[in-house]
Amino acid sequence: MSIEVANVSKRFGDFVALDDVSVSIPSGQLTALLGPSGGGKSTLLRIIAGLEHPDDGRISIEGRDATLLRPQRRNVGFVFQHYAAFKHLSVYRNVAFGLEIRKRPKDEIRERVQHLLALVHLEQFADRLPSQLSGGQRQRMALARALAVEPSVLLLDEPFGALDAKVRKELREWLRRLHDEVHVTTVFVTHDQEEALEVADEIVVINEGRVEQIGSPDQLYDAPANDFVMRFLGPVTQLGSRLVRPHDLELRAGEPYGAMPATVQRIVRVGFEVRVEAVTAAGQTVLATLSRTQFQALGIGVGVGSPVSLRLVDGAPSVDTGEDPAAEAVLVGT
Amino acid sequence: MADRVRPARSRRPRPGPITYALRIVVSAYLILLVAWPVSLVARNTFADGFGSVRELLADPDTVHAFRLTITVAIIAVVINTIFGVGMSLLLVRFEFPGKRLLSALLDLPLSVSPIVAGLALTLVYGGRTGWFGPTLEDLGLRVVFAPPGIVAATVFVALPLVIREVVPVLEELGTDQELAAHSLGAGSVQTFRRITLPAIRWAVVYGVVLSLARSLGEFGAVKVVSGNVLGETRTATLVVEEKDLNFDKPGAYAAAFLLASVSVACIVVVSIIRPKEQAR
Repeated sequence: MSIEVANVSKRFGDFVALDDVSVSIPSGQLTALLGPSGGGKSTLLRIIAGLEHPDDGRISIEGRDATLLRPQRRNVGFVFQHYAAFKHLSVYRNVAFGLEIRKRPKDEIRERVQHLLALVHLEQFADRLPSQLSGGQRQRMALARALAVEPSVLLLDEPFGALDAKVRKELREWLRRLHDEVHVTTVFVTHDQEEALEVADEIVVINEGRVEQIGSPDQLYDAPANDFVMRFLGPVTQLGSRLVRPHDLELRAGEPYGAMPATVQRIVRVGFEVRVEAVTAAGQTVLATLSRTQFQALGIGVGVGSPVSLRLVDGAPSVDTGEDPAAEAVLVGT
Repeated sequence: MADRVRPARSRRPRPGPITYALRIVVSAYLILLVAWPVSLVARNTFADGFGSVRELLADPDTVHAFRLTITVAIIAVVINTIFGVGMSLLLVRFEFPGKRLLSALLDLPLSVSPIVAGLALTLVYGGRTGWFGPTLEDLGLRVVFAPPGIVAATVFVALPLVIREVVPVLEELGTDQELAAHSLGAGSVQTFRRITLPAIRWAVVYGVVLSLARSLGEFGAVKVVSGNVLGETRTATLVVEEKDLNFDKPGAYAAAFLLASVSVACIVVVSIIRPKEQAR
């Protein structure tokens, strides 16, 4: 295990940012800390980097106790959401910064910086100032800068949070490929479940200062530990007392045996997907999403007011909420 | 932003009569209060050529006074710069009890009349009756009626100028760059020298220039503290007053002109360099 976080707690005044958190982060992998804003994930990352101090608990990095170590002694690379580019230094000098601090020979610095600039595709921008780069380029520069000192762990705090949707998507694919090349233990914070599912080897779901679940993207998606994890990883709806994913519901016209009968209330078509809201006999509104093809296969007769039946497909994950469906009926599907 | 494009100049409506009236009021105000009086000093100085300036600089006591003023101003500026930058870092980067009180206290020199500052310093460091002065005098350090007192008075009145320039820039800067430098292995001193100082350098330069101008021109506090001994503790501003009181008008104008031109030159030089450096 590369990073061990043991029983870490952190308060800011009355606010509990982390409440007895323990996580083991494996070497050489890309781990996502996923959770809603204010859930404590950034605080945990900053504690690992030494930029915040835990009130309680211990941190060890690569087997070495780092709890009381100052950030400059931890050998971690840190990438900030807003880049934290050194504005008065050129791209080259930004990347060279950590090596210059370590007083490495000039030739070695030049070689390493050029290698890194090539890695992040910024060779031709070496002499520019950060203000002359786009957001995505600045963040790649920040990554190269963090990698320059050959950190034992690379920590990224919402690295793509300040970028627009398209660049964001490009950069996260690029980060995945970069990680496959460089293999440095990487932890990144995100509140975007799609980003975490797409990029990470392992995801730690953090909410209200506690770890909700740790696992691979598949484990989290297929076997969510509780309704929070299930809700956070994508849209959900409730069928009876069970929380399910709308695309895991099978919808048929008529009332076949073994399924829950319902009446179509609303049909919304969004691009390739059709969202059908149906009300069950108990008065519960259930959302089912179908592909356009699946919807057309139902036959032309299905419209508002049509009788249909709903069934959870075999093997699809569901979480028991233990809540009374009739009382919850109004809230579901919104 | 690399893709920042200057927007096409939009066609604005023609300025109305109120705009013109405001422009005239502002211009008249500045001319009557600042430009005209100052230019009169210059005109009177050179009313009969360079004679008065030459005469002024021929008097060894006056030359001494100008030397003293410049020396004192430079020492005061150095002290205020080091102290000011340190104090700004303390105020912006650290939390401690009494911080707001300290911040309010730092504005005191701007709000209190310099002559009060001079009297206060005399009460503390006065050679005979001061609270601390006799002790220092026994140790061989004379403060009041000597150059150290003049420096102290000048430091006092120019104290907040560097701080008030640097603090907003430090706040704007935030801590991300400094934290990034730490995580890359830089210690506090390296981070300050390589990251913080370059980022605040123009605020420091501007604070230094303002302090220098203020220090050169300080009159009230210095008058109380210096003792105004001819050829020893008389500073340039005191020379101006002395010549004015003795009906040596050309001499007073010439000295005043020299004083003002140094300050104006500082501000002009900085305002010429600054925008170029910051343009991106």
